[in-house]
Amino acid sequence: MFKRVLIANRGEIAVRVIRACREMGIESVAVFSDVDRKALHVRKAGYAYHIGPATASESYLNVAKILDVAKRSGAEAIHPGYGFLSENAAFARACREAGIKFIGPSPESMEMMGSKTRARQNMKKAGVPFVPGSERGLDIDAATHLAEQIGYPIMLKAAAGGGGKGMRQVSSPEELHSAYEAARSEAQRAFGDNEVYIEKLIVNPRHVEMQIFGDEHGNVVYLGERECSVQRRHQKVLEESPSPIVDDDMRRRMGEIAVRVGKAANYYNAGTVEFLVDQERNFYFLEMNTRLQVEHPVTEFVTGLDLVHLQMHIASGEKLPFKQEDIQLRGHAIECRIYAEDPDNNFFPSPGMITRLISPSGPGIRRDSGMYEGWTVPLDYDPLLAKLVGYGENRDQAIHRLLRALYEYFVGGIKTNTSLFRRILKDPDFQAGNIDTGFLDRLLAKPNNETDERRPIIAALGAAIFASMDPKSTLPNGNDAGANNNGKGAVEPPVSNWKRTARAEPLRER
Amino acid sequence: MTYDVVVDDKTHQVELIRGEKSWLCKVDGQEVDVDAELTARDVLSVLVGGKAYEIKRERSLQGELHMVIGSARYAVDVRDPRSLRTRRAIAGTEAGPQKIKAPMPGKIVRILVAEKDEVKAGQGVIVMEAMKMQNEMKSPKDGRVQKILTAEGSAVNAGDTLAIIE
Repeated sequence: MFKRVLIANRGEIAVRVIRACREMGIESVAVFSDVDRKALHVRKAGYAYHIGPATASESYLNVAKILDVAKRSGAEAIHPGYGFLSENAAFARACREAGIKFIGPSPESMEMMGSKTRARQNMKKAGVPFVPGSERGLDIDAATHLAEQIGYPIMLKAAAGGGGKGMRQVSSPEELHSAYEAARSEAQRAFGDNEVYIEKLIVNPRHVEMQIFGDEHGNVVYLGERECSVQRRHQKVLEESPSPIVDDDMRRRMGEIAVRVGKAANYYNAGTVEFLVDQERNFYFLEMNTRLQVEHPVTEFVTGLDLVHLQMHIASGEKLPFKQEDIQLRGHAIECRIYAEDPDNNFFPSPGMITRLISPSGPGIRRDSGMYEGWTVPLDYDPLLAKLVGYGENRDQAIHRLLRALYEYFVGGIKTNTSLFRRILKDPDFQAGNIDTGFLDRLLAKPNNETDERRPIIAALGAAIFASMDPKSTLPNGNDAGANNNGKGAVEPPVSNWKRTARAEPLRER
Repeated sequence: MTYDVVVDDKTHQVELIRGEKSWLCKVDGQEVDVDAELTARDVLSVLVGGKAYEIKRERSLQGELHMVIGSARYAVDVRDPRSLRTRRAIAGTEAGPQKIKAPMPGKIVRILVAEKDEVKAGQGVIVMEAMKMQNEMKSPKDGRVQKILTAEGSAVNAGDTLAIIE
């Protein structure tokens, strides 16, 4: 096993990997940009190195700087987390050349899966089912012809894409030309590659993905599926395992195909095979994510495995410690992605200082968080603050545990999307498992009937009591930052405790 | 203390009188029994007739004051009509009403005057016990007792206004 591992990431996932390191007796090396000196992952790590300015290309995406820190710190391996360099084959290759183990698949597997069109060609050979469409990028004439053949509506997608960039829905031949140009220029801007391909649009599909894990000795297993149909603008918002529509037979068929995908790519370490599922529960290969997923905790809950521990073992050359038949799913887990964004203002990002944080805990609740009270959420990165995961013996219990935890959760100072999750979890269609990738858009288009019981009298009473306890207000509004209010009923700020300790220490030594 | 609190565009009048263990409150003229404790900065635990609420206070980015109860959020606006009117007009002069404030946390032992009584500067108004010592709080000026804001036996915090002399 490694002695020291560098985590080339930030936020909650860096904290999550650092925790696994500590659990396994591995020393962790964090990296941080100018704006992340006070970030939680730096506080939790064993070692931490500054790598540059806030701009990701000059810090978390900078291969040379990260490899330099790996060498200077004596790290034997690099865990890339998700996002940033995690699916960058050139980075994985550079690690290999520098003699540092990349905790993930080989650069060859990543390259094969990185281009969607190439993945498609390889997978087709392996007998993996596909949504009808083109196998490679098309010019506009070929696109027009093929779209006629497979029938509208169709999707235009960027070959190098992901995260919804360079994607366009086209419902009729008249729209094709302008949508094609728009998708190409968006793909060019986002990925530096304007190759665009066509797929038949599956109406109201579900997004179901299969977790796979391979070792470096040719073994690949599947660890159950995740339902990720609750999306906004093609970004996942809430994920669960198992899927409400996947039964044992479908899981086995989907899992076996996912394993076939992995074997066709000589895949090892953690990977996810994404499928679209139509209304008849036919499923089609969508793409493979060659990294640990954001939503991996739901799989950890239902399998009882720790996927990051497993990644470390596999990367250090060990064999998978179990066989397919050893994997038993138990219970139900749902994850909510807590973002710093305002659901009442079109999900506008809401960075800023977290003035008050009250976090839920209790039975069946897991919180993977990168924030703390007093921390300022920077503007520079993805606004994911934390993942709140609820586990129960069944789906209904998981839903209600999450609702309870959301009731306890309070993030003050910035806006978060917690109210969105209350709305989703209380929705009758969601509770019945009737979800598809259009579910959230439809829910948001409806008037918000999730009205909390209004208690204006209690609010007025609370406001008056606060006002009477300290008329000057203890709120960090301006420079006094709530500190040292003249002791009028308010709990003393932490600085006072520190001072008190500082004053007490010399006395004790005497 | 009396506050006008605007919640959901409706104004509620909240009167607070601090009792020994709880607050005697009137909301819109109706009496409610309230036990309130600040459990952390900006987090109030409130028992209203035995029903428990956790009320969180937050200043929004736009500077609005918000109360959050469970998952519900209320924009509130608190006005103290008396202090606003008075303090601004005649701050620091002897001509206007003057407050007698508790200098430290303690307990009110005796109230020596009644509302509307005439008082002389230096005359004892309220006797307060703090740190096992009794202290007479004196009138800052010649005038009339406009209001007594505490009661015998009440616990008070430092800075609480006990009486107003006009």
